[in-house]
Amino acid sequence: MNGLLVLPIAIPLFTATLALFFRKSSLLQRLIGVLGMVALLGSVLLLFRDVHNEGIQVLQLGNWAAPFGITLVADMLTMLMLGISAIMGVVVGIYSIYDIDRERERFGYYSLLHILLMGVNGSFLTGDIFNLYVWFEVMLIASFILLALGNSKNQLQGALKYVFINLFSSLVFLFGVAMLYGMTGTLNMADLALRLPEVENTGLVTTTAMIFMVSFGIKAAVFPLFFWLPASYHTPPVAISAIFGGLLTKVGVYALIRVFTLLFTQDTGYTHTILLWVGGFTMVIGVLGAASHMEFRKILSFHIVSQIGYMIMGLAFNTAMGIMGAIFYVLHNILAKSNLFLISGVAQRLLGTFELKKMGGLYRHYPVLAVLFLISAFALAGFPPLSGFWAKLSLVKAGLSIEQYVVTGVAILVGLLTLFSMTKIWLSAFWGKVPEDAPEDFGKTPLFGAGKLYILVIPVMIIAGLIIVIGLYAQPLLELCMTAAEQLVDPSDYIEAVLGPQ
Amino acid sequence: MDTILPIIAGAIFATGIYLLLRRSMILTIIGIILLSNSVNLALFTIGRISTENPPLIKAGSTEPLVPFANPLPQALILTAIVIGFGLLAFALALAYRSYRELGTVDQDELLRDAEDTSAAIVPKDENTKGGKA
Repeated sequence: MNGLLVLPIAIPLFTATLALFFRKSSLLQRLIGVLGMVALLGSVLLLFRDVHNEGIQVLQLGNWAAPFGITLVADMLTMLMLGISAIMGVVVGIYSIYDIDRERERFGYYSLLHILLMGVNGSFLTGDIFNLYVWFEVMLIASFILLALGNSKNQLQGALKYVFINLFSSLVFLFGVAMLYGMTGTLNMADLALRLPEVENTGLVTTTAMIFMVSFGIKAAVFPLFFWLPASYHTPPVAISAIFGGLLTKVGVYALIRVFTLLFTQDTGYTHTILLWVGGFTMVIGVLGAASHMEFRKILSFHIVSQIGYMIMGLAFNTAMGIMGAIFYVLHNILAKSNLFLISGVAQRLLGTFELKKMGGLYRHYPVLAVLFLISAFALAGFPPLSGFWAKLSLVKAGLSIEQYVVTGVAILVGLLTLFSMTKIWLSAFWGKVPEDAPEDFGKTPLFGAGKLYILVIPVMIIAGLIIVIGLYAQPLLELCMTAAEQLVDPSDYIEAVLGPQ
Repeated sequence: MDTILPIIAGAIFATGIYLLLRRSMILTIIGIILLSNSVNLALFTIGRISTENPPLIKAGSTEPLVPFANPLPQALILTAIVIGFGLLAFALALAYRSYRELGTVDQDELLRDAEDTSAAIVPKDENTKGGKA
């Protein structure tokens, strides 16, 4: 029992409530918003120390013994995900100070951001499948409002697609939970892991696995269920795009990794083969979609889809190495992807548009921004020595070691195509001529000066720094990912931590 | 009951899917309502329907009368209903807002792609000034 487990949920809840009391004061809201994120990061670090030193930590809520009560479980995968989401929280919190307008602040932007993180953290921590559903809904309702907040025409259109498809996916998830309960009579994930192999009707178990795959697949935006993502993620303010693009789909990936390593491992020949195909198609279709667009954030949105494919592929390999690669890829991708979104926001502030054709001259007038973009874009494409290289390397290695040559080849090819899209952005937005209708002060407002643009640039620099550090000094993180993957491949530690010695 | 309820749940689910695919946003929302109810019904049925003692502990006793009915599915459904209610309220508000803003409930019209998404972003002015509004 470790009481710290409740903090990553309780701190955002407390902060969100506190921020609501000061709705009318922008200054206080911003202060509370950012400090709350820092406190969250601190609590995650404390918990991380325990998990790192003593193994999987468990908290039985209300002191109801598992499997009857709700259990919070923190294994290494949970901790890595919590850590990255807290880092994103801090960074996006700072970015929001400049990016989010007063109107949205008055309508509770910071509270919603924290409630979103509470839902995300709850999803990572819970050890109960029905509770996971509840946390998904907490996360969803906050994301619905964040997406629609502001009521512009674009946002409403994006929000409609997002809301309906996500409502549907939640219902599918709930039905899957019902199936699990009907088959085993339990909802505790560790208990389910023990009971599912005993179910005689193995066909029904596989069917349930597919129901979960569809539901989480919609949330993670995999092929062929991804269409809602590029249709909605480019509509809200950049800070919201960044946290959505970075975190929300990865919660779906996390859920997929969790259920397909812990629960549904009976018929891997069927389920994981489908996952492999899904991963391959997701990579290719996503990157081709990106190649066909000329709007900064739409390109990035399609790249989210493409990158999800890599993670699914790693999971589908179903070896410690593959899952390690998938986890590393998730962490790296959250950093690189969110950073590119944040950079697109700075570029839009300077040039007044997201349309690549109307952009240009950023390299000439803002070389610092150009370098920051290069770091993130190369990391995304997988250039050494940046973080993306190690992520891709471990996945490729995992693929080759189990002789999955075709999909591994596809993964490498998609890396090249990713570079193509990034080059496209670079050519027009950074190298291109300064457009004639550029705002008058373009090139005159310094990044670190009176315009306070540094509030936007500092978060970008923090993430770029992390990308470089992970790239140059990857070993510690790789080892942590390996620990996480080993805990997933052999779930006996997880089960024992939750249910006690068997 | 054990055979009728799953069939009813399935029929409602199918109706919900059909409505979900219609162009009118209102029908879509009704479709979601039906889907949500059919899933709740399925959850209820899957939890096994039995005619046993209520899972309540009488005054003066420390245990319920065995055999007692399983209360868990109903707790799950109750949670799911509450959550579904909240989400639906939001979906309705969003639909109403979209109707006011865009002037139609036909989704083909509603979702026609807007050209320049930059318009969604707030103008550059006045967003770094702190203090009260």
